[in-house]
Amino acid sequence: MQAAFPLVFAALLFCVGVFGVLSRRNAVLVLMSVELMLAAVTINLVTFGLLAADRGDVVLTGQIFALFVLAIGAAEVGVGLAIILLLYRNRATVNIDDADLMKY
Amino acid sequence: MISDHAWLIPALPAASALVIMLFGRRMARAGAEVGIAAIGVAFVLAVLVAVEVFTANVSAVAEVEAADTEEHALAGEQVASTGSLALTEAGEGEETAIPDGVEAFVNERAVTLTPLGDGFDIEAGIRVDGLAAMMFLLVTFVSLMVQVYSTGYMHGDPRITYFFTLLSVFTFSMLFLVIGNNLFMVLVGWELVGVCSYLLIGFWWEERDNSNAAIKAFLTTKLGDVGLMVGVVTMWAMFGTFNIGEIITAVREGVQAGGAPLDSGLLTFALIALFIGAIGKSAQFPLHTWLPDAMAGPTPVSALIHAATMVTAGVFLVARLYPVFQASQAALNVIAIIGAITLFMAGLLALVQDDVKRVLAYSTVSQLGYMVAALAFSYTAGIFHLFTHGFFKALLFLGSGSLIHAVHSNNMSDMGGLKKSMPWTFWTFLIGSLALAAIPPLAGFWSKDEVLAGALTAGGYTGNVVLILGGLGGMITAFYMTRVLYLVFAGEYRGAGHPHESPGSMKWPLVALAVPAVLIGFANLPFEQFHPTGFAAWTMFSLEYFEGHPAEFVLWLALGSTAAAVLGFVAGRALYRVAPAAERDPVLRLGLVTRVLENRYYLDHLYMGVIVRPLRDRLAVLAYWFNDRVIDRFVYLVGVGTQRIGQATYTYADQRGIDGAVNGIGVSANWSGGLLKFAQSGNVQFYAGAMFVGVFVFAVLFAAA
Repeated sequence: MQAAFPLVFAALLFCVGVFGVLSRRNAVLVLMSVELMLAAVTINLVTFGLLAADRGDVVLTGQIFALFVLAIGAAEVGVGLAIILLLYRNRATVNIDDADLMKY
Repeated sequence: MISDHAWLIPALPAASALVIMLFGRRMARAGAEVGIAAIGVAFVLAVLVAVEVFTANVSAVAEVEAADTEEHALAGEQVASTGSLALTEAGEGEETAIPDGVEAFVNERAVTLTPLGDGFDIEAGIRVDGLAAMMFLLVTFVSLMVQVYSTGYMHGDPRITYFFTLLSVFTFSMLFLVIGNNLFMVLVGWELVGVCSYLLIGFWWEERDNSNAAIKAFLTTKLGDVGLMVGVVTMWAMFGTFNIGEIITAVREGVQAGGAPLDSGLLTFALIALFIGAIGKSAQFPLHTWLPDAMAGPTPVSALIHAATMVTAGVFLVARLYPVFQASQAALNVIAIIGAITLFMAGLLALVQDDVKRVLAYSTVSQLGYMVAALAFSYTAGIFHLFTHGFFKALLFLGSGSLIHAVHSNNMSDMGGLKKSMPWTFWTFLIGSLALAAIPPLAGFWSKDEVLAGALTAGGYTGNVVLILGGLGGMITAFYMTRVLYLVFAGEYRGAGHPHESPGSMKWPLVALAVPAVLIGFANLPFEQFHPTGFAAWTMFSLEYFEGHPAEFVLWLALGSTAAAVLGFVAGRALYRVAPAAERDPVLRLGLVTRVLENRYYLDHLYMGVIVRPLRDRLAVLAYWFNDRVIDRFVYLVGVGTQRIGQATYTYADQRGIDGAVNGIGVSANWSGGLLKFAQSGNVQFYAGAMFVGVFVFAVLFAAA
């Protein structure tokens, strides 16, 4: 199969996620960008899993790992949203620049 | 054997000195009780030791006698066997043979302090024999009496604790000197007693005269001590040991072998050097000048140190090495002549003194002369006179202290008529005077007679000189003691205040000393039947000597010396029965003779003019200059240099180098931390960005690899 398309797509998606993580000020958007990066990785896993099947290896490792990633991503979003919710409760903002207590 | 523990005798006063020094001030009687208790126990020990030693010596003599008798019985049959025994003392040429294994008592125990090898061993040891036992008795008894007496005499003195400390230290030092089994210990004890003497003469140092007298005594005896040290070192060089017993054995073997192993010139040199030490310590001519000045010390000190014990150290030393001195006739001649000169000229000096203590001091010098001269001829005579003189001269000094205590003056011109107010002092002083003047049957008679008999037996030039001067000296002694007795006790009281008898603590020691002054002479009656059981046997240093010197009693000599003493007494009585005024004293009206005597033969002037002044005024100035300009300058430069080096080390090495490094580490850590802290911004996106950059860099690097 043509692997280039999904791989390039995944790379672009990852870059979008990185950009979002580094540039967004809203914590919810940062969390969403992290989800984008996870999605990019998932696509890569599925793609390489299909590539392996094409070569005759009858294994489902890529697909199974994709399922793991999705599950972990869902859990991570749960934890992340909870942190953001508490942050908002305490400081009445979700601006990530204001959460800099751990500095020198 | 009790003599195994004889070391306790010096150890007790040493311990009491420490206790008094540390705790004396808090005690009820300022430490006197400790000193008296310690010396009392030491005296008891001394008596026990003496009983053991003397008994052993007497039985040794008896064994020899028994063997002798047996030998005579067998002589006809077994000539061969007796011949071999007689060989052991062929030098004596007598028939008495000493059986094997019978010896004079010697208990010697020692530990080696310095095992340096090459035979240079310094020992700490005791040598208890007849001579040491006798000295223990004398020193502990007189010291006990003097300490008891001092509780009265020194009562109320602000430094009384110090005084009793020094008395204990002195007693320890003297006993240490006596007990020592080697010349090194003798030397140490010798210097220790010298220091104590110095400290006690200058006890009342507030007065300039007293401290001057102390310095004079110390320096004069020190001059002799140099001789002693030279002698001891020479002895070591000759015999390779300090041990007295070994030296005596070596000399005796040398003499028996015909003197071949002995370098007689070197031996004579060593002996004369040792005798110079004795001259200094025992105040013999010409170093006797310190002893009269030493009377500046408290009177009990004069009695203990400058009459009965320390000044006899020189005599003791000669007696200790008697067999060695015997090996050199030249040394013996020097001893005899020095002793004879001393006894005569010091006796004359005693005539013109007004200070009662100075009369006794010159008398002491004179009697020491007798002892020294006697040692040239007869061991027993010398130490017997030492023994008796110790008792009656301590008695006389303590008596004079009692007078001074009552009158508050040393001068006889301030006394007079004290017989009525001080009867105890009078009677005891009279006994002491008669003993000193050698009136029979008091102690001094027997011992002085022994001295003169020894000189007579020896004969020859030196013997005759000692005999004649000794006889005249006896007359002079009787004369000046009569003068003292009349000036002090007869006539009318010339001083101030009302004299009264001294307290009991001073009275009873006088009585206790008067007893031996009367009786001790009977220990050595010069008759043949008493000889093997008397003093001569008790204190013999060897049986050979003892057998070689049988008792001598020369009737005409005893009568003659008694007559001389009586003559001196009669002359004194005729001149002083009616005590003349001080300025009309007959002995002070002899013109040139008086002037020479009052100026002590100008010896002091000579020493001051020839030795002290040039030394003090020229050499001392030169030495001061040298000290100031050379030594001090050098020391100063060394000091300054050291200071500079220290300053430089401080500035450069310490402050800049070490402190700079330490501070630099701290400062640089602080500085770099101050910069690095900005990396910890707290901005999560900055961390994430840094992480992405890092991952990217690593990815590129791996790709490149």
